[in-house]
Amino acid sequence: MVPLLAACGGGHSTLSPAGPAARDIALLWWIMLAGSALICVLVFGLLVLAVRNNGARRSERTWIWGWGLGFSMSVLVVLLGFSLWLGEGMLARADDVPRVQAHAAQWEWRFDQPGPDGAIVQTRDTLYVPAGQDFDVVITAQDVIHSFWVPQLGGKMDAIPGHQNIHRLRADQPGTYEGLCAEFCGTGHSFMRFTVVAYDPNGPMPDMSGALIPETRP
Amino acid sequence: MTDPQPQGGRTIAPMDPMFDPASDVAPNAPQRALALHRQLDRTWSDEPGWRGFFTSVNHGTIGLRFMATSFVFFAIGGVLAMLIRAQLATRDGAFLDVELYNQIFTMHGSIMMFLFAIPMLEGLALWLLPKILGARDMAFPRLSALGYWCYLFGGTVIVLSLVAGVAPDGGWFMYVPLADSTHTPGINADVWLLGVTFVEISAMAAAVEITVTILRCRAAHMPLTRMPLMGWYLLGTAVMMLVGFPPLILGSILLEVQRAFDWPFFDIARGGDPLLWQHLFWLFGHPEVYIIFLPAAGALSTIIPIMSRTTILGYGAIVAAIAGLVFLSFGLWVHHMFTVGIPHMALAFFSAASALVAVPTAIQVFAWIGTLWDGKVSFRLPMLYVMGFFITFVLGGLTGVMLAMVPFNWQAHDTAFVTAHLHYVLVGGFVFPMLAAVSYWMPLICGRWRVRGLGESAFWLILIGFHGTFFLMHLTGLLGMPRRVAVYPNNPEWEWLNLISSIFGMIMSAGFALFAFDVVMQWLFGRRSWRNPWGAPTLDWAMPVPAPSYNFASLPGPRQPDSSALLPLARGEGLLPGAPRDLRETLALDAGSGRPDHVAVLAKSTMLPLFTSAAIGSFFGAVLAGIYWLAPVGIVLTLIAGWKWGDIMGSTTDHPDVRVAPGLTLPLHWQTRNTLARTGTVALLLADGTLYASLLFGVGFLSVVAPAWPAPASGLSTLPMAVTAALALAAMAVGLIAAHRAEALRDRAAGTTWAGIGLAACLVALVALAGLALGLDDPRRHARDALRAVILGFAVFHGVVTAMLALRSLADARGGRTSWARRGAAPIWQLFQSFWLGTSAVSLTLVAAQEVLS
Repeated sequence: MVPLLAACGGGHSTLSPAGPAARDIALLWWIMLAGSALICVLVFGLLVLAVRNNGARRSERTWIWGWGLGFSMSVLVVLLGFSLWLGEGMLARADDVPRVQAHAAQWEWRFDQPGPDGAIVQTRDTLYVPAGQDFDVVITAQDVIHSFWVPQLGGKMDAIPGHQNIHRLRADQPGTYEGLCAEFCGTGHSFMRFTVVAYDPNGPMPDMSGALIPETRP
Repeated sequence: MTDPQPQGGRTIAPMDPMFDPASDVAPNAPQRALALHRQLDRTWSDEPGWRGFFTSVNHGTIGLRFMATSFVFFAIGGVLAMLIRAQLATRDGAFLDVELYNQIFTMHGSIMMFLFAIPMLEGLALWLLPKILGARDMAFPRLSALGYWCYLFGGTVIVLSLVAGVAPDGGWFMYVPLADSTHTPGINADVWLLGVTFVEISAMAAAVEITVTILRCRAAHMPLTRMPLMGWYLLGTAVMMLVGFPPLILGSILLEVQRAFDWPFFDIARGGDPLLWQHLFWLFGHPEVYIIFLPAAGALSTIIPIMSRTTILGYGAIVAAIAGLVFLSFGLWVHHMFTVGIPHMALAFFSAASALVAVPTAIQVFAWIGTLWDGKVSFRLPMLYVMGFFITFVLGGLTGVMLAMVPFNWQAHDTAFVTAHLHYVLVGGFVFPMLAAVSYWMPLICGRWRVRGLGESAFWLILIGFHGTFFLMHLTGLLGMPRRVAVYPNNPEWEWLNLISSIFGMIMSAGFALFAFDVVMQWLFGRRSWRNPWGAPTLDWAMPVPAPSYNFASLPGPRQPDSSALLPLARGEGLLPGAPRDLRETLALDAGSGRPDHVAVLAKSTMLPLFTSAAIGSFFGAVLAGIYWLAPVGIVLTLIAGWKWGDIMGSTTDHPDVRVAPGLTLPLHWQTRNTLARTGTVALLLADGTLYASLLFGVGFLSVVAPAWPAPASGLSTLPMAVTAALALAAMAVGLIAAHRAEALRDRAAGTTWAGIGLAACLVALVALAGLALGLDDPRRHARDALRAVILGFAVFHGVVTAMLALRSLADARGGRTSWARRGAAPIWQLFQSFWLGTSAVSLTLVAAQEVLS
């Protein structure tokens, strides 16, 4: 178990969550994994018994209505309800959570966020957000479809030309989190990475100068 | 765990009765089996030598060809998979450059889906269906051959594009804008759009054929409700293909037209939307998974009871589960689009549907386990692959339920987790059952028993190789590795997982190679097999091995209910014995009850399918090469070839009814109204109607969702346009009346006159449609205008087909090919004329509503 858990690390791992959305989904995953393991034991156990059993009395009631319909429906309804409830909690709502912009293009990310003096600054491939509080990312695309994904913070959201998607995330602790483009977008797809820097909102602002784009987008 | 060949005196496994117990058909007098065989083989076998290769229309030949060709493409796709695994084995993979890598993973997916899985199941269906249902051939043998040639030509072009370095490189789902002409300026995307659409002709042909064969060409008095489960599975498959492929075909046409002529269906600036492509693609793409799964499940439901010497558990529940799958599979395409920004309520609906689809699957899995529980399982090679199916598919189903959960999907979508899941589902749910099916039916295919030991080794290599490759890939995805990256220099934590996958991938490949080697060895060097070596009760084994060209010397009926009737059938005691008229005859039934209706006379060997597919191919080739002025030549060639299809059928004389059995005489098909061709036309129009509905969906979707609406002012609201449109509709209505009168008065001179009037009305309507085309706004201006042009093009296309049928009816009437008994093409003409009129009326209403509401 220890090597397996150690294997869950890495800057892009959904299994080492650093925000509430990613943590809920990781919890959902571990629950589903455990449930699936139980179901596998059950089904494969029945299969082994079925093969070793010769000419036992059969019952459509047990197999089809009991296992096929009853068992599968019960598991699915519970799981579905739980995951819809989880998903509902991750949605962006109309409140005054701070907003940042993510604009994807072949093959870079441009971010608009508040700079050191409060004014909006534009950066390339690094997004600065306050730690410990929710923020909404407004996601747009320049040319083709891309997808914004910071696995340790939460799920992904597509960047689609002509559409604007809003994605709510939170980083619990200050730190840097790795992000990447998850939708295939051409020859630069493998290299379309970015970083999210979560800073302590009560401390000094981080130095953004390395990522700044001098002229802002019109 | 070897397969000793069973000796004589084996027992036949039990089976639920397939025939209506209240029915009876008296047996024909026995004849000498050898004489019957010679007579039938002369009529049914392919022409000798190379001519036979080009002219064969026999379902046995074509079905095997489909399967063999699909295995070749499987091997090519497999080599590409190995290249992918070699590239990803280390994080800096310097093996391929990125451009080539993109082509290779796109081609791997496209080949496996469109050139392996679909043709493989078509081949199995074509080869097996007539045998297991008790018929001599498929309903439309020339259509089988046409489909094969389209598949072979289209597939060859797609593969050659890889050799030329211009293969598609946008991923197998070809998302726009990446696949549009701005971001993929080369020919790469055109190869995909045109090549796949050309290949899909074979899918539509097969879907129509499978539907009609199951509904109308079963053994006499085999009701739908008692037919072998394989029939239900393939009927479900065929219906899904009829409804599932049209959205993809429409999407491909629209995208190709956008690339070629700049009509902005998917261009956000001019009223289009890239999401329309995703909807059309996945409207096809998700049912596609079940299209692939159902025939495989059919093979399982056939093989499992026979290998465990019992009957299937829960026939009715399984039929209900198939119907449930067919229905549900069209309600969950959006689960491929959970991250595009759709409201959570809608996601909840599609999430529930996606989870619910696991229920009919679970019902089948438990029905199979229950069947095994009841029976005495013998672990021969097909059964090993069935076990491989269970182990693999159950895991794939569980990860499928996980992916149906919206929040988890947000994380796992587009990662290696999905890659792992889809391979578990497709290899588990299709490849393992197909390997079981091949090893099960090989004795019937080649008449030989396999060489001991090779098959088991291949099975273990494939099973171990597969799970070694894909089991840990779930973890790779959860650690954040996205799909379709060529290198991952900054993620050493993914490297060991990928290396393991690559090593086991090579083991799996070795397994598949060994499987192919085993099949070849069996074909060449296996010992002669006994008849019905598995002791199966189904009719596919009620014939000698290898299966003869005509399947049954006489057709099974209530007195020949299972494979134990092998000898009586060979002696001609069943229905319609021999080929005394040197015609390829098989029985056509009433669809539901299975009551014999007439004797269908099927086409003999002909080059026509080859020429027709070459004609259609010349059109696709001209468009692919960008030589648009040459494309109309291809259309004309196609029309000429299509004309010939009707030309060589039918008769100028009434034929006396044919004696099928003592006390049962039936007319030949040209002397009945409800022919197989008519049922086939209804099936085709179902697909056609789905295409039209997808087009309407496109109009509705763009008007509501796309940003650049409302569209600019249109120039259509003029009196001349309204008058022309009304004239077109009136002429179509006149054509419909004429088509009915031409049939009603077919034995008189007035019938010929009405056919002429109908043809003239079609031409008037076509001219009026051409007039409307002149008044259209520039389709390049806005998606609304482009869609209107497509809607008009749809009407013109159907006008040309309808006019051809009117001309056919006129030629039949003038050439003496109609009489009181013989109706010629008029019933088919009526169907197309109604469809043309109906869709045109809806289109006109739609455009008028747009004009009024704007």
